[in-house]
Amino acid sequence: MAIIEIDNLRKTFRSGDVDVHALRGVNLVVQKGEFLAVVGRSGSGKSTLFHILGGLTPPTSGTIKIDGQSLTSLDEAGRTRLRRNSVGFVFQKYNLLPTLTVRDNIDIARDIAGRSEPWDATFLEVLELLGIAQKLDRKPRQLSGGEQQRVAIARAIVNQPAILLADEPTGNLDTENSNMVLDLLRHLNKKTGQTVLMITHDPEAAAFADRTVQMRDGELHGA
Amino acid sequence: MVYKLVYENLKHRPVRTLLSSLAIGLGVTMMLALVGVGEGMLEDQANRARGVGADLVVRAPGSSVVGMGSLSMNQKILDYVRARPHVTLATPIGIHSTGGVSSIMGINYDEFAAMSGGFRFREGGKFTAPDDVIIDDLYAREKKLKVGSVLHTMNRDWRVSGIFASGKLARVMIPLTVLQELASANGKITMIYVKLDNPANTQAVIDAMKQDLPEYPIYAMEELIKQFSVNNLPELKAFIGVVVSLAVLFGFLVVFLAMYTAVLERTREIGILKALGAGPGYVLGILLRETVLLAIIGSLCGIAMSYGTRWLIATFIPASMVQAIVYSWWPIASLITLAGAVLGVLYPALKAARQDALDSLSYD
Ligand SMILES: Nc1ncnc2c1ncn2[C@@H]1O[C@H](COP(=O)(O)OP(=O)(O)O)[C@@H](O)[C@H]1O
Ligand SMILES: [Mg+2]
Repeated sequence: MAIIEIDNLRKTFRSGDVDVHALRGVNLVVQKGEFLAVVGRSGSGKSTLFHILGGLTPPTSGTIKIDGQSLTSLDEAGRTRLRRNSVGFVFQKYNLLPTLTVRDNIDIARDIAGRSEPWDATFLEVLELLGIAQKLDRKPRQLSGGEQQRVAIARAIVNQPAILLADEPTGNLDTENSNMVLDLLRHLNKKTGQTVLMITHDPEAAAFADRTVQMRDGELHGA
Repeated sequence: MVYKLVYENLKHRPVRTLLSSLAIGLGVTMMLALVGVGEGMLEDQANRARGVGADLVVRAPGSSVVGMGSLSMNQKILDYVRARPHVTLATPIGIHSTGGVSSIMGINYDEFAAMSGGFRFREGGKFTAPDDVIIDDLYAREKKLKVGSVLHTMNRDWRVSGIFASGKLARVMIPLTVLQELASANGKITMIYVKLDNPANTQAVIDAMKQDLPEYPIYAMEELIKQFSVNNLPELKAFIGVVVSLAVLFGFLVVFLAMYTAVLERTREIGILKALGAGPGYVLGILLRETVLLAIIGSLCGIAMSYGTRWLIATFIPASMVQAIVYSWWPIASLITLAGAVLGVLYPALKAARQDALDSLSYD
């Protein structure tokens, strides 16, 4: 079953007097439960694609569907709902709230989604798997980069999103921590069937995924 | 959950939180101190008026209810008043303003003492010489005077012969005859205090006197004391209005600045919340709650500081001012401040709520 269907997606930024065509007709289908790597040079449009998929910015034209829901016609409120319920983000810079503990960083994502019931057994297992179950009362600055990124992953999936978008999740990590995070993403994907899309420009990182597509000048190859 | 974030944010910048709260509190203190001084002084005046022990007072034609008055009544009225049925004691007093709100009062010592139940002297006693003055303990404390000290007023030096327990209408008293002489107002008095055989006859006596003295304001003391209220002091009411507006403005500015910088400082965090799916309402709610919390902390600081102003007044100028603690104004002052604070957070909060998630995330 296809969880993502993208057809002829375009995104043009107006930068001063020039139009920057970040996406020039992207086509992509991702199956539910897939682990997809997106590789490509800096500036090729990878992040832009993820931002549109994640409802952070609207597309210029084309059609895009997540779990059967069309994003093309979504307004700001609709995109907010999409971010809240259907998408989990993992960024290169972790983006944890610095004043909150690990537990509260995860809980605020649930609070935003309007959920207050305690964590279920599956999620507790995920925390064990991520190796942060014992660090729930720490603040982000008391954690290593690898640990922070694993907290970010936990936060991203706590609301069981349809898709997990990871934009260069290992970009700031050394090889050991990178491998751990990549291993965990693959493990999560296999164990829980979580659909994962990951941007990377490291071929070794891409090897953790089931399938790799290439972004080149705003076009996707090998899709 | 949001409260945790709000609490952590406040804790994260303790100096900002403390200074904002104190500044917000200052507005609350301003209001509480002013209202407290108004109420306190009126209450003090009422108590001192009660301390005279009279049942009614006859004032000069044209004098105001709460004003101090001057030496404008003919002393002959006294004979008429004394001859009324039920009147057991009538004593004249003279008030001479010595500038500002301070004044000096002339009494017939023995009559006044009899009516008021007698002076309780902390030190010394009644006047024995024409240049003797008696003062109350608060005045003595404020002016650092003792028995035998010299007090300069009405262009001459007085010797303090006694210091009495406060609560007898005036703080500084001399013999009425001396006052009349000095003021070149022989035979003139300011008002007459009257004691009756039975307080129950007060209204009947007043009604009868008004027949004969239609020009003269005559009040039962109880009725007069009821007039000592902020409502009868339009200037004070207006001034309270000014201070309330200032406090609102103050709360507005403090919160505007504090929250505006907080929003700038937290641009990235706001971006994170939005990326997690927080809508404008959620972001607005966080900042609003933080503001309400600041206003509550600020109000508590302000209430605490109003005890400080009361202590300062009671310690340094006990005779000039009295500050009451007016509990009913605690919620009023807090709500007024809260209103200013909420107005102040509106712009920063709307700015934060409208912020673009992507722009905020790429902000460093
Ligand atoms: N907000 C923006 N305004 C203008 N141009 C942008 C904006 N975001 C991205 N771009 C441009 O779009 C192109 C693709 O950027 P991006 O998607 O970030 O690439 P990648 O993630 O593959 O490095 C780049 O040329 C970049 O400069
Ligand atoms: Mg990028």
